[in-house]
Amino acid sequence: MLSFKGELTSDLLTSILQIVENKLDRFGESAKVKKRMFNILVECLQNLHHHIESPPVETSDDTPSVVVMIARNVTGYSVLTGNFVLANNADTLKKRLEEINSMTKDEVKALYKSVLADGQMSEKGGGGLGMIDIARKSGEKLEYGFVPFGNGSSFFSLNVKVKQD
Amino acid sequence: MDSVIIEGTPKTPTVKFDPQSGLLEIKGRSIPENSIDFYKPLIDWIDQYALQPREETSVHVQLEYFNTSSSKCILDVFKKLEGIKKSGKNVAVKWHYEEDDEDMLEAGEDYDAIIDLDFQMVKVDLI
Repeated sequence: MLSFKGELTSDLLTSILQIVENKLDRFGESAKVKKRMFNILVECLQNLHHHIESPPVETSDDTPSVVVMIARNVTGYSVLTGNFVLANNADTLKKRLEEINSMTKDEVKALYKSVLADGQMSEKGGGGLGMIDIARKSGEKLEYGFVPFGNGSSFFSLNVKVKQD
Repeated sequence: MDSVIIEGTPKTPTVKFDPQSGLLEIKGRSIPENSIDFYKPLIDWIDQYALQPREETSVHVQLEYFNTSSSKCILDVFKKLEGIKKSGKNVAVKWHYEEDDEDMLEAGEDYDAIIDLDFQMVKVDLI
């Protein structure tokens, strides 16, 4: 449906949301799936926007670059994103993803509620809720991978699935 | 205290706050990258209103989408309103959701569980 590699500015983020929303309308997608896709896409893109890191020096590119791919298949949709993360952050992120994936839907829902009620807001406005919300809206296990790039940098990829009704 | 009207944008909701009637409305989409910038003024107005609140305060939330960055700010708005209730006034919240949008209904139920305010879930055809 859409793929992109490069620097993700706020304006581009807005454009991607508009393009995907229009496409989902054209496909005649149900309101529920449309909303879930849109919500997940907002969280995924804003995660990229907030946690953008420069690629390691080994790559030829020196601008903070991300990958976004939105695909449609027979069972539903996939939101795939990729970005460089610092190795320290990669460990934290991996633990969080493992924790979320080990939970049942009700446990994810309860975790969301407790983090919302108790969690502190980070200076970027996120409260650690993004990934929990993505898992909650998807209802599927999150698929992810980390590729070490040396120099304390890893490439993080995430695949979030949204099933059709 | 003057009324407040903020027109909505594709990423931020329309906010109407009339201190004379005690009606606060939040409607539309709330998906800004940095929600604190958007919600801080609203939270400040509620602080000011809380000094002399009406006997009855009505809050109508009618959101099509909100991101997790906004969810914390919306909680902060409710916490301020909870403070008004604790001072002995009535605060009633109407949380609107589209008929088949169970995620938005659940989001309202989450707030209802966290916040000590009178929440009413209102089903509508279209937001």
